[in-house]
Amino acid sequence: MKIKSKRILINISAVSLALLVILFIQELFMPKYMSEIPEGNLVEEYYKEEKKHDVIFVGDCEVFSNISPITLWEEYGITSYIRGSAQQLIWQSYYLLEETLKYEKPKVVVFNVLSMKYNEPQKEAYNRLTLDGMKLSKYKINAIKASMMEDEDLITYIFPLLRYHSRWNDIGSEDFKYIFSKDKQSHNGYLMRIDVKPVGYIPKGRVMADYSFGDNSYYYLEKMTKLCKDNDIELILIKSPSVYPYWYPQWNQQMVEFAKDNNLTYINFLDKAEDEIGIEYDKDTFDGGLHLNLSGAEKFTRYFGEILSNDFGLPDHRNEEEYKEIWQDKVEFYYAMKEDQERELKEYGYLKSYGAVAQSIEGDDKSNN
Amino acid sequence: MLFTSYEFILFLVLVFLLYYLIPKRFQWILLLIASYVFYSYTGIRYLAYILLTTISTYLISRLIGELFITQEVYLKENKADLSREERKSYKAKIKKKQRKLLVLCLLFNFGILAVLKYSDFTINNINSVLDLLRTGKNISPLGFVAPLGISFYTFQTMGYIIDVYRGKHPYEKNIFKFGLFVSFFPQLIQGPISRFDDLKDSLFAEHSFDTKTISFGLQRILWGFFKKLVIADRLLPAVITIVGNPDKYQGVYVLVGMFFYAIDLYADFTGGIDITIGVAEVLGITLKENFLRPYFSKSITEYWRRWHITMGTWFKDYIFFPISVSKSMLNLSKKCRKRFGDAIGKRIPVYLATILVWLTTGIWHGAAWNFVVWGLLNCIVILISQECIPLYNRFHSRFKVGHTFYYRLFQVVRTFWLMSFIRILDCYRDVGTTFRMYGTIFTRWNWRDLFNGSLLELGLTMADYMVLLFAVLLILWVSLASRRESFRERLASWPMALRYISYFVLIISILIFGAYGVGYDSSQFIYSQF
Repeated sequence: MKIKSKRILINISAVSLALLVILFIQELFMPKYMSEIPEGNLVEEYYKEEKKHDVIFVGDCEVFSNISPITLWEEYGITSYIRGSAQQLIWQSYYLLEETLKYEKPKVVVFNVLSMKYNEPQKEAYNRLTLDGMKLSKYKINAIKASMMEDEDLITYIFPLLRYHSRWNDIGSEDFKYIFSKDKQSHNGYLMRIDVKPVGYIPKGRVMADYSFGDNSYYYLEKMTKLCKDNDIELILIKSPSVYPYWYPQWNQQMVEFAKDNNLTYINFLDKAEDEIGIEYDKDTFDGGLHLNLSGAEKFTRYFGEILSNDFGLPDHRNEEEYKEIWQDKVEFYYAMKEDQERELKEYGYLKSYGAVAQSIEGDDKSNN
Repeated sequence: MLFTSYEFILFLVLVFLLYYLIPKRFQWILLLIASYVFYSYTGIRYLAYILLTTISTYLISRLIGELFITQEVYLKENKADLSREERKSYKAKIKKKQRKLLVLCLLFNFGILAVLKYSDFTINNINSVLDLLRTGKNISPLGFVAPLGISFYTFQTMGYIIDVYRGKHPYEKNIFKFGLFVSFFPQLIQGPISRFDDLKDSLFAEHSFDTKTISFGLQRILWGFFKKLVIADRLLPAVITIVGNPDKYQGVYVLVGMFFYAIDLYADFTGGIDITIGVAEVLGITLKENFLRPYFSKSITEYWRRWHITMGTWFKDYIFFPISVSKSMLNLSKKCRKRFGDAIGKRIPVYLATILVWLTTGIWHGAAWNFVVWGLLNCIVILISQECIPLYNRFHSRFKVGHTFYYRLFQVVRTFWLMSFIRILDCYRDVGTTFRMYGTIFTRWNWRDLFNGSLLELGLTMADYMVLLFAVLLILWVSLASRRESFRERLASWPMALRYISYFVLIISILIFGAYGVGYDSSQFIYSQF
């Protein structure tokens, strides 16, 4: 009997040890996104935050590149967080929002409507940038199920070693260095870029046979609307002032109508970009108009902040002690990064450590869509 | 459902848990349900074919079996009244009826196989002839899709009814049990081709949870995954690159392709069979071994005794022997002996049977001329080897090298390359291209490409080659270590810590170095396509 229990104990210990080693290897093999593709860290950074925000932004790169929560804080005392990610599809935005509401209840949710144009899952690589960072929960499972391409398997999101095992030949010092903790990359979900690439030639949108957004996109937009209404949250739909990909008037009209039918606010900032917001596309974008740089993002945020503050009555927390200390650290980090980017730009002529290459890849990809 | 898919692993876990949780008397019923679920995963309509084969064979085998009983009862009841001649004549009458039934069953089921698998091949050939004759007419291909594993289950089932006809074993009375024999899911995709009397006891028996059997089964499954995912699927892109671009990869690349394909096919097929046998073992069921270290064979005849053993013995038992000893063949032999003398006369039936067996083996592998030529080349080499035996004997009596290590090594290497040479016919798009590539080995001297980094352009990096090298060396070591005793028994005698570490290293190697998931084209088992 004694021998038998000893054997069982040995077996349990061996299996546990093996699982621990496998988990360690899994962590090691996960991409760290520190020197390249920093947007890969955006989703997971949220979990380390103090979750007291009045505004939550959801959407694709047009939110995490174009809106600066630090500016919102400095100018209006509004607390906000961007749960954005690269090519975030609407169902991903919905499940990220659903998950966020588990942690906190904001007064306003802002959704950037560019992703309405995608009615189906697009690319495994982009799915990963959004979904890998999510904590395991029913929201993550639902987001995975909604996002998977035909040749993908749910299990590879739950045990990512099954996806990233092929990195065995690329494991480098960065993978070891950041295996247990990573440096913060974003400012409440905002990915800073101070470099400039003026808008050049902007191709007109191709003529399409049908401009209607797909049923799936509407399904999730309606779900998002209901989720916000059920939680007594104001949902604002926006089209961020990125000039490319082309935002068709027919798409705009559909959003106008949806907002009207559902009693929502929809603001197309593209219409106001130059005259009202003051964006100068020859110096306020870092990739020819796809994303705003820091200067552009701050201009846009100031303009939007005024609307949020005046029209939606969001409170100014700047004099509240419980917020002051938290936000002071954020502000310091923000300006330190700005300074570091200025230094890098001067030294190398480009932003060597801030995903300059990665962003342009995404830009290329986005421009293909 | 691929053996290496997540769905299969989940399916297996569920079957395994249920199998040992439900009352033992229901275990075989669970396996039958699981087998049909597994089979219908590729498309529910394909289930109809396997059911058709099951029902037709069951009914006819039942009729054949009942005739045996009728005969036995009749002869017993009339033992005193019947003369020897009358008994003989009665038996012959029954046998004739049984033969008719057997032929009906064989024609029906091989007919299904032929129509589904070979009709387009036949039509295409007829069209080629029509084109040659410039008739301006063509027959449209039928475009049938052969159901998964049809060659395997048809051969297994036809082997069963021939054995019933021969009185080797009684027919299975329970149609559902028979259905399980036909459709047992682990062996459905790529064999082994089981015999009813070998399999029935363990297939229908009640199995208790036995940790040793289960752990042995799991080891075998892991080993199969290692071969398939770490070696076969990693090497496959290089094979595809070489054989897919015959105008670019010639000369030494043809030899590289042969070598790579030899490793790829071995790892793929034996890996698949390891998973099959392992899965059955986990369920307490023993399947026949299908390989016996074939690449250590010293002759092509020996190779075919050690490679795909269950298929080889099937052809031997159900085609070669019946043809060799058939009345017409014996008559032919008699005539030939009279005409050409004993030496040639006695060879003719054997030669004809051998040619027929290899022609069928080739066709069984696929509906293409490549496979026909592949079969005939095997046949030619075997027949030439047989004819050369006196020559070999004279050589060995003069030079006493037959038992030296180097001579045996030479024989092994020679057989390996000879088989690799013939086997590459599987890969190139047609016979003409294959022979053209054979020619370039002698006309295109690009041996330098082996050492100047050109091999890194075949879709494999240096790291891939290193992984493959270590993995192949591991397989070689295990093969060498299994010559005297079972490697698994040997492993079981290792200290527990060492055993656990080796299992763990194997699991980690599969997880990390396996060529699966995004970025790798998941590849079907090669033999599942035959």
